[in-house]
This record gives sequence, structure tokens and C-alpha cells, in this order.
Amino acid sequence: MTTLEQSLYSVDKKGYYGKFGGAYIPEMLYPNVEELQINYLDIIYQPEFQAEYHALLKDYVGRPTPLFYANRLSEKYQTNVYLKREDLCHTGAHKVNNTIGQILLAKKLGKQKIVAETGAGQHGVATATVCALMGLDCIVYMGEIDIKRQAPNVARMKMLGAEVRPATSGSKTLKDATNEAMRHWINNPVDTHYIIGSVVGPHPYPDMVARFQAIISEEIRWQLLEKTGNENPDYVIACVGGGSNAAGAFYHYLDEPSVQLIAAEAGGHGVNSGMSAATTFLGKTGVLHGSKSILMQTEDGQVIEPHSISAGLDYPGIGPMHAHLWDSGRAKFFAITDEESLTAGFELSKLEGIIPAIESAHALAVLPYLKASANETVVINLSGRGDKDLDTYMKYL
Amino acid sequence: MNRITKLFQEKPNNVLNIYFTAGFPNLNDTTTVLEALQESGADIAEIGMPYSDPVADGETIQQSNQVALDNGMSLKVLFQQLQGIRAKVSIPIILMGYINPVVQFGIENFCKKCQEVGVDGLILPDLPMDEYYEEYKPIFEQYGLLNIFLITPQTTEARIRRIDEISDGFIYMVSSASVTGGTSGITDTMETYFNRVNAMNLRNPRLIGFGIKDNVTFTKASQYAAGAIIGSQFIRVLQDSTETTLHNNIVEYVKSVKG
Repeated sequence: MTTLEQSLYSVDKKGYYGKFGGAYIPEMLYPNVEELQINYLDIIYQPEFQAEYHALLKDYVGRPTPLFYANRLSEKYQTNVYLKREDLCHTGAHKVNNTIGQILLAKKLGKQKIVAETGAGQHGVATATVCALMGLDCIVYMGEIDIKRQAPNVARMKMLGAEVRPATSGSKTLKDATNEAMRHWINNPVDTHYIIGSVVGPHPYPDMVARFQAIISEEIRWQLLEKTGNENPDYVIACVGGGSNAAGAFYHYLDEPSVQLIAAEAGGHGVNSGMSAATTFLGKTGVLHGSKSILMQTEDGQVIEPHSISAGLDYPGIGPMHAHLWDSGRAKFFAITDEESLTAGFELSKLEGIIPAIESAHALAVLPYLKASANETVVINLSGRGDKDLDTYMKYL
Repeated sequence: MNRITKLFQEKPNNVLNIYFTAGFPNLNDTTTVLEALQESGADIAEIGMPYSDPVADGETIQQSNQVALDNGMSLKVLFQQLQGIRAKVSIPIILMGYINPVVQFGIENFCKKCQEVGVDGLILPDLPMDEYYEEYKPIFEQYGLLNIFLITPQTTEARIRRIDEISDGFIYMVSSASVTGGTSGITDTMETYFNRVNAMNLRNPRLIGFGIKDNVTFTKASQYAAGAIIGSQFIRVLQDSTETTLHNNIVEYVKSVKG
């Protein structure tokens, strides 16, 4: 695992990316968060930790995931499109890269119980999976609305032995599941580790999760070098809810200015429709879930309930690293509507025989806007598979 | 002199701080509640500024926050309601809430408004201590506002000492590792923790909060600190009141706690 200690885009000692980040937490969480802040780098860079993490990524998750040249998609858009196949990870999405890392960390910290939040259910499944693997108790909070729209993942979590608790407050989606998971951690500070699923939360979570997901761009680099003779593509595209798959896909390219980083946010019914989750278009600086970032909020500073067809992107903020990439202009952000994402999902299915998660379809939907040329290379992070979204897709068949 | 400082000078024991959410149960109850609190002998009124995502709060206070927001409560409305309150209410007033709405209002503007209406102190549970010290403290002091910090059974001695050094008024001693609204009462483990903190000879008095709900728990907590804070149980009292019974229910409840 290589790191970015010197990067303009890595976290500073106080936990900030530029003006975003920090640890805005009530005192009840302070000892737990401080314990992580002090220990996370030492633990995850121990040789035996690295050995165990990489062995599990290889033999359990199935890494490296392929980098696939999408021939027919490339033909259609007159460019060279590579898909990073995170959808082929065990459990069906990139989320497991992080949960493997964090469960090993939790064990090193002597924790016996795990709590997590989930939106689409992918992070919940990935957490329940590693808890089963390691024999730890697992509680997953999930918004009541998401429980209904992601029933297969709820069943998977239960089958894996996790307890799924509905978050019934607020918008009953990912934001509220995160609140409930934090409250659970406040109530159980000693024996429980909170596995956050995205690059959000108080420092060191955004940095820690980004490091565990950085395996994605680490692999893209050598895979692309093998295939094209150049480790740097012209574009890397990823969808952003909280932004963990994007953080992983961008990580090793942050300091390569020739590589354009592109984030696809959930535009919902359209940025100005009042039914959107396009944070950088609609938000301003604010504090949610322990860090300062860009946040969708009212004039009074109340958090707005977002909308997206995709449960995994239905979040009113973005990770502080992405806020900094947006603010500094390092990454370009697109708002992709529900409809555009569905179109892109059907297109990939028919052109390449791959059904993407609706989250990942948002990244694919950037292609028509990109206007990349025939000699350019585009890498799209296909963060998850679409099995969980069949009900939604079928409504539009 | 700041009303909180003055209170603890005059009354070192059995201080009762009552929390209520602004705009709950009805938008315009703020003045009624404040007057009833003073009349019934509460020593400090802590007004919650409602927030959509109150992570340190349990279900009761969360719901009161949501109701208040649905009723149309905001900082702007709250400051309008508190305009002129000092003509009627003289007990210390503290505003409690999460940092985001305060930041959106504008820190300086917020502090200025607080001073204008006669607020004495602030509890902002998700404002980091270092950030307070480096950026907020001078502004709070300029407008005569005391910042109250929380400590928990897990807070280290070094951190308690630092909090004691950089804050004035009192220290909010959270009785157990939990969100608000717990009902466990005061256990042996808590007593050990209270005694440990008492033995530190801090400059600031402490009030015990979380799990205090009646005369028994208030009296017991007061043995280990300068007094105690009641939140969730008082919200339940408000919830069970109608417009006509609100005032009397508050007076009756607070008197029953004081015994």
C-alpha cells in the first residue's frame, strides 16, 4: 500500500483537506475517535497487517479485479473506455475493500462488536460478511425507506448473521442510518468499533477509508500500463455519494495533473427540481456526521433530505476530500439525473453484457458529456453490480 | 457579572438546570416556558436550538427537535421571541445546539444577538475544543458568553484539566456513556466517576446530566456536584401538556423535582 504523505490533496495533521474535514463530534465519541486518530496509521502499516489485508483481498475478495476494455462502448463513444470491475468483488461492490481493512483494525484495537450504517445495503452486506468471516457481532442501521427498496440486501445481511435495525428518524435514509449508528457507538463506546462505509465522518475516517479503497487506483495503474504502455489515463470517472469508490479510483492519480478526475453526483429529477442529491451544485460549507464539508442545507443550516433513485448516492453531503477536490478545481463534478443513469445502465447491459449498480451507472452516464477523443483513454470505476437494483430496472424495461 | 458565574457564587449547591427545545410543543411557547421555569424555582434555563440531525440526543429530544422545526422554529425566530425577555426573566439562560445552524447564522452575528437578548452561555456539543480555543473563544468573550463543555466517564484527566482551564461557568458532567434520555438512574460506577472528578479540585463547578428525572435522582446527583440538568423528562412533561395546562404542569413538575 503506497501512500500520499506529501500530496496537496492528502489530509493534514489536524485532519483537514484544505478547509474541509476535522472532527466535529460530541465529547461522548472523543475517546474512540482519538484512539483511532492516534493508532490507525501505525496499525495499518504494520507488515503483518498489510500481509493479512492483502491476502484477504486476493483470496477472499478476488482481487485484483479486472480492468476491462469495453469494446462496443468505446466504439459508440469514439474513445477508449476501460471498466474497473469492482462489481466483481466478493459481495458485489468495492465496499468490501474497506470493511476487510476496518475489521482487521477493529481486531487489533480489541473490539468485539461492530456497528455500521448502510444506504443501498452494499456496505451493510460487506460489513456483515467480514463480521461473519471474523466471528464478530454485527449491527447494521439502515433507513426504513432503504430497507424497502433494497430488500435483497436486507435478506443477505440477515443470512450473514447481522442484525438489521431500521432508522426511523428524519428522511429514513442513509443520513439517518448514519445518525443512528453514531448514537449506537456513543451508547457502546468500549467494546464496539464503528465501520463507516464511506470517506465521511470525523477524522481519521475519511483518510482511513480512502487508504483502504486506494487499492482500486493502485491496480488501475499497473493494469493500464500492461495494456497500453501508459499508467495514466486521460480521465478517471466515478460516482460520488459519500465518495468512497471515487476516493479509491482517484487516490493514486491525485498528483498527476494530466489525469482528469471526474465525479458523477446524483442529480435526481434534475438539479433544480427540489428532488436531487447533487451536493456540489446545491450545497454550501457545513458540518454533518463529524466533518466540515459541502452540505445540502436550508438557509437556517438544517440538513436537506436529498433524493436519488440510487440509495447509495442518496446522501446530502460528500466526503471532505471530495469537497477539497471540488473547491480546488482538481476534480470536475457532473450531476447525472435518475433517467440518465437508467439509460446508461441499460446501455452497458446491452453493449457489454454487464448490469451495473444504479450508483455506478451514474459514472457511465458521464460518457455522452465527456466528448473524449479517439486517442484518449477513459477509466470508469464500475463500483458495483446491478443485481440489487433489478426491481428498479424492471420498472423501466 | 455573567448571570451563570453569579449564580454559582450565590448558590453552590442544588442548582437545577432545565433543558427544553425551542418551538416545542408549539412555536410560541418559549416565553411561557421560561416564565414558568423561573416562577417554579429552576436556576438555569437551557434552550435547545433545534437541529435536523442531533446525534448526541436520544429519541425524546430528537422528536422534539423535529416537531419544533416542523413548527417553523429557527434561530431567527428564537431571537425574535427572546427580544425583551430580560424584562420578565432574570435566571441565567443558556443556548444549546449543534454547530451547523450557528455557523450558517454567522458566529459573530449569533454572539451579538445572544448578548442583545441576554443569553449567558452556550453548549455546542460538536464544537471541537481546539477549534473553540483557537477561533471562537475571543468572540464568545467579546459578547460575554460562557462556553460550557461536556465531560464523560471516558474523558481523560488531562482533557478534563484542559477543559477546566479554558472554560468558565460550569462543566457539564455526562453521567454515563450514552445519548440523552437514559433511565438508568445513578449507579455505583457513576458514583466512582463523580468522586474521581470531585477529587480533582477543579476551578469550575459541575452539573450532572443524562438520566436525571425526578427528586430522587436530582437529590442524589446534587450530592456529587453543584446540581443537575434535566432534559428528556422535562420534554415529556411538555409533550403531555395542552396550551391551558402547560404553565401549571411545568411549575408542578419543577417543584416536585426540587422537593
